[in-house]
Amino acid sequence: MHEMSEYDLKRAFRRMSAIRQFEERVEKEFALGNIPGFAHVYLGQEASGVGICHDLTNDDWIGSTHRGHGHCLAKGCDITGMMFEIMGKAGGLCRGKGGSMHIADFDRGMLGANAIVGGSPPIAVGAALTQKLRRTGHVAVAFGGDGSSNQGTTFEAMNMAVVLKVPAIFVIEDNGYGEHTGVDYAVGAESIADRAAAFGMPAETVDGADFFAVHAAMARALDGARGGSGPATIVTECPRYLGHFVGDPQPYRTEKELADARARDALKNFRARVTEAQRLKDADLDGIEAELAAEIDQAVTAAVQAPFPDIDELETDVYASAY
Amino acid sequence: MTKKTYLAAINEALRQEMTRDESVILIGEDVAGGQASSGGPGKVGGVFGVTSGLYDEFGAERVIDTPISESAIIGTANGAALTGLRPVAEIMFVDFIGVCMDQVYNQAAKFRYMFGGKAKTPWVLRSMIGAGLRAGAQHSQTLHPVFTMIPGLKVVMPTNAYDAKGLMIQAIRDDDPVVFLESKLLYQTEEDVPDEAYAIPFGEAEYVREGDDVTVVAVGPAMLHAKAAAERLASEGIDCEIIDPRTTSPLDEQTILESIERTGRLVVVDESPPRCSLAADIAATVADKGFKSLRAPVKTVTCPHTPVPFAPTLEDAFLPNASRIVDAVKHVKAYV
Repeated sequence: MHEMSEYDLKRAFRRMSAIRQFEERVEKEFALGNIPGFAHVYLGQEASGVGICHDLTNDDWIGSTHRGHGHCLAKGCDITGMMFEIMGKAGGLCRGKGGSMHIADFDRGMLGANAIVGGSPPIAVGAALTQKLRRTGHVAVAFGGDGSSNQGTTFEAMNMAVVLKVPAIFVIEDNGYGEHTGVDYAVGAESIADRAAAFGMPAETVDGADFFAVHAAMARALDGARGGSGPATIVTECPRYLGHFVGDPQPYRTEKELADARARDALKNFRARVTEAQRLKDADLDGIEAELAAEIDQAVTAAVQAPFPDIDELETDVYASAY
Repeated sequence: MTKKTYLAAINEALRQEMTRDESVILIGEDVAGGQASSGGPGKVGGVFGVTSGLYDEFGAERVIDTPISESAIIGTANGAALTGLRPVAEIMFVDFIGVCMDQVYNQAAKFRYMFGGKAKTPWVLRSMIGAGLRAGAQHSQTLHPVFTMIPGLKVVMPTNAYDAKGLMIQAIRDDDPVVFLESKLLYQTEEDVPDEAYAIPFGEAEYVREGDDVTVVAVGPAMLHAKAAAERLASEGIDCEIIDPRTTSPLDEQTILESIERTGRLVVVDESPPRCSLAADIAATVADKGFKSLRAPVKTVTCPHTPVPFAPTLEDAFLPNASRIVDAVKHVKAYV
């Protein structure tokens, strides 16, 4: 924390708070019927996405997951554009044609949320290959959950990244469950990080509710990747506050487990650390939260009233060149 | 203009485009070959030699050998294409597409649409198709219908060396994901091919042979048999018009419909199983849009609804051949 500027600390808190409040609002709007389809929220995992993305620029790339709102916000995507997209509105970041599970923003280095578990790791290897061949010094990050750590695509991508020695960073967010199945059942190995390390890259496990721990691990991975030594893996152990999707009644989790998950609160943790160290004041943080609450409220109001895409949009943007 | 094989024409297209545009890279299993071998890399150039010599010319950064990891190959092509490169990825035999299809049909094909028109995925997926080499059920399929039905992909099936070069150059310059299906039985066929670079637009069918009696549409490796059948029929006084769509997505419906306006009769030849084949697709299109032109039912000549067999007797019986095409043409010609 001590090497971070006040601006950086505020930005980290702003992004974590944006995710928390955005996702709580998504939960609410989903219940009101304002969000079509499925929604998978990132509540509890805020420190993971924000810690990973904090030192990335718009020229670094990330690939995300079906639970991708937090990654978008951590990478700097626009709150209003996201809310429009999640509601399927024409003014959304993908003009309403992607939805919650397919938000992309190339200007922000966001290669897309990806609703196929294990979809992003091979794509991130390719984005990292571009950085290597063009000698940009930039990196590509693939987010995945513990579920994705069992996909063959992830194994293939990890091996390929080592073989091609590209600046790819694999982030496995272990939130305890792949859909409704516990990680201790579904992951055959003791440690996801050990399994990644077996491909021949540095891999470590950190507390995914601790922004500073995630940020420090990412700094180590970035040193290696930007320095040309190739890929790395970071496993962030995160609480999952809600179920697999918004509305999942979670009959498979006890009240105690849910309370324990909520007790691991990345925002409270961050607030306590920075105020005790007298780096930021409670009033600063309260002010940030209030600003975001207003911004999200405006975004929702506008999105609810906004039009859906015109029917003329149905057959546009299938191809980039003549067809 | 010199005589070149279909294989050499593709190699020349790759070399010329890599020279013209440094964002073009090759990636796949053994596209160079020989990495970590006692003899050193670059001596293979693909199992049939299509990428031969390119490693020596362009080096390891642009002719990239990969592990046998097809999902990672296409995924890497996806990420590289989204961020500014123009990868030509090789899936050695099209049968191997099963282990990487997600990166093709859920990812590359959908990026542009899902992301509201913001993404471009300019890659070429090269792969070999076709039976006849006694290679068995998992190295012999002709799977163009699988790709043709997926919105977002373009599908190219050259049947001669001239088209192979021009269509490959167009595929590399195109901003969409293009599946480029090479017929292995055509690799050694020769034609006059210009030395300079040229691009053939997609969605423009070619009249391979002009005739007034029966329209024969043939795609990919089936063209060999269609040409042989037309020669035999000509000697019997039946004049076939052969149309090569060259690309199955986009498909030049107009040229087919115009031909049928003159002939009134159609045979479609397709080396794939009958259900949901391109033959079925073209037959349905003509039934819908060319009904008034038809003077006989549309006949299709396809493989049976079986995997590709191994035994030479069975494989020969499996494939469309000139005799079956001749029979089909005579059938529609005789129909009053």
